[in-house]
Amino acid sequence: MTAPLDDPRRHDSGGGPPVPGPAEEEYRPSPLQREREAYLRRQTVRSVLIAAASTAVVGVALAAAVLGSPGWERVRATFFDPDVALDALPEVAAGLWLNLRLLVFCALGALALGLLVAVLRTLRGPVFFPLRALATGYTYGFRGAPLIIVLYLMTFGVPGLRLEGTPSVLVLGGIALVVTYGAYIAEVFRAGIESVHPGQIAAARSLGLTYRQAMRHVVLPQAVRRVSPPLLNDMVALQKDVGLISLAGPIDAIRAAQIATAETYNFTPYIVAGVLFILMAVPLVAVTDRITVRAARRQSADGAR
Amino acid sequence: MSGANPPADGADRPPLLALDGVRKEFGGSPVLRSLTLDVAEHEVVVLIGASGSGKSTLLRCINLLEPISDGSIRLDGEHITDPRVDPDRVRRRIGMVFQSYNLFPHMTVVDNITLAPRRVHGRPRAEAEEQARELLARVGLSDKASEYPDRLSGGQQQRAAIVRALVNTPRLLLLDEVTSALDPELVGEVLTLVQSLRADGMTMLLATHEMGFARSVADRVCFLDGGRILEQGPPEQVLDAPEHPRTRRFLQRFAEGGRL
Ligand SMILES: Nc1ncnc2c1ncn2[C@@H]1O[C@H](COP(=O)(O)OP(=O)(O)OP(=O)(O)O)[C@@H](O)[C@H]1O
Ligand SMILES: [Mg+2]
Repeated sequence: MTAPLDDPRRHDSGGGPPVPGPAEEEYRPSPLQREREAYLRRQTVRSVLIAAASTAVVGVALAAAVLGSPGWERVRATFFDPDVALDALPEVAAGLWLNLRLLVFCALGALALGLLVAVLRTLRGPVFFPLRALATGYTYGFRGAPLIIVLYLMTFGVPGLRLEGTPSVLVLGGIALVVTYGAYIAEVFRAGIESVHPGQIAAARSLGLTYRQAMRHVVLPQAVRRVSPPLLNDMVALQKDVGLISLAGPIDAIRAAQIATAETYNFTPYIVAGVLFILMAVPLVAVTDRITVRAARRQSADGAR
Repeated sequence: MSGANPPADGADRPPLLALDGVRKEFGGSPVLRSLTLDVAEHEVVVLIGASGSGKSTLLRCINLLEPISDGSIRLDGEHITDPRVDPDRVRRRIGMVFQSYNLFPHMTVVDNITLAPRRVHGRPRAEAEEQARELLARVGLSDKASEYPDRLSGGQQQRAAIVRALVNTPRLLLLDEVTSALDPELVGEVLTLVQSLRADGMTMLLATHEMGFARSVADRVCFLDGGRILEQGPPEQVLDAPEHPRTRRFLQRFAEGGRL
C-alpha cells in the first residue's frame, strides 16, 4: 500500500469499526420489544375496527337513502333491469371486443409515436432544427386539442375529401386517438429522458457509444422505467377514451348499448357497457398500482444511499 | 514494470497526447486559456489546482465531451479536434473515469463492462464477459459481477468503473477525482488499482485534490491556475519546492491541514 492518503473532506464516522462480539446466542426479543409489538398489534386491531365500522355506517346510510327514495323503483327499472341486461349482454360484449382491439392498436401506436417525438425533441444542433420544431409543434398542438374535435375531423372530415384509398372510419378514429395520446405520452417520455443524469450520457459516449447507442442502451431503459407508472395511467385513460369511437359510427360496446337502449327505452345496456369497461380496466389498473409501488420503493432505496 | 521505460526512440516520437493553445469558454467566460501540455506514452500526469480551475473541463475536452473554443488536441499525432474526425472513433481510444462513477444503474456490473465491447466493437457476448470477469478478478470484484451497481460500496463501484474504461484497452486513461467521493478506507482500494495500472505502463492523465495520491502515482504534476498550467515538474519539485507564489499558497492550505 501507499503512503497514507489524506482526504480533505475526511469525515470521521465517530464510533469506529464495530467491535466483533462473541457469536450471538439464540436471539430472543427482550420484554421491551415484546411489549412494543403487543401494543402495536392492539393499535392495528383498533384502527381496523374503527375503519370497518365507519365504512359500514356510511354504506348503510347511502343504501337507505337510495333504496328508500321515492323514485328508486323507476330508476331500478330503467337502469338495473336484469332481463334487459341479459338480453343486451351479447351485443355489448361483442362491441367490447372491438374496443379491446382498438385499445391494443392505439396503445402501441401512441407509445411508439410518443417515444419517437420525445427522442426527436432531445436532438441538439441546427441540422435537426426542422425535426425538432415539428415535434415541438405537434406536442403543443395536440395536447391542447380536444380529442372529440380531432376525432370528428378524422372520421368525418377526412372521408369527405373523397381520396383514393381512404381507410375505414375505424382506422381513422384510431389514428385520432393515437395522435392525441401520442402528444401526452411524448411529454411523459421526455420528462423521463431528461431525468436521466447527464453523466450517464457522458459515460456512455466516453466508452465510444454513438448518440443513438447511448440513447438506446443507457438513457431510454432508465427513462422508461422511471415513467412507467404515469404511462400506464395514460393507458387507463386511453382505455376509456376508445369508447368515444362510437361517436363516429363503428359498433363498439357503447354504440351497441345505445342501439339496445333505443330498442327497449331502457338504460340498462349502458350500465352493462360501463361494468364491462371497468372489468377491462381492472387488470391494467392493478398492474399500474403494482409498478407504481415498486418504483416508489426503488426511489426511496436510492434516496437512502 | 513492463512498459514503464520508454523505448529507445522515445525522444523522437510525438507525444501520445499533445494539447496546443487550448482555449475553452463557457458562455464567453474563459475556463481554459491557451493551455499547452504534452503527455508521453506510459507517462502519468497529475493535474492539481483549486476548485473551479478547470481540471474536469480539461479532461472532458480531451475526451471530446466538450468542444474546445480554440487551439488543438492531438492523440497519437492525429488532430482529434478537427471537425472532420469522428469523435466516437476517438473516444474508443480514450478511457474516462468520472468522480461519481456513472455506472449504468439498470445493468449488472458485468453488463456495464461489456456494453462497449459488444455494441461498439461487435465482440461476442461470451468472449466479452470472459475478459470482463478476468479484469474484475484482478481488481478483487469477482463475486460482484452479477450485482447491480447500487449494491456495491463506493470503492467497489469506482473499481468497476475503472474496469469498464479499461476493457476497451484505451491508449490513454483520464481519471477525474476518482477518489474524492470515497471514504478514506476505500481510497486505498482505488489507489492500489491506479498504481498497478501505472506499473503496466498505462498512460494516464488524472485530476485530484489528494496530494498523497498525486505524490504516489505521478511522473509529473501540473498546477492549474486561471485556466493555465502555472507550474509543472516531478512531484517532489512541485509539491515540496514550488517556484510560483500561487502554487505555494495553494499547497499551503494542504500543509496547514497536514495533508501534503
Ligand atoms: N457546462 C458548463 N457550463 C458553464 N460553466 C461551466 C460548465 N462546466 C464547467 N463550468 C465552469 O468552468 C469552471 C471550471 O470547472 P471545472 O469543473 O473544470 O473545475 P475543476 O477544476 O474540475 O473543479 P473541481 O476541483 O471542483 O472539480 C468553473 O468555474 C465552472 O463553473
Ligand atoms: Mg472537477
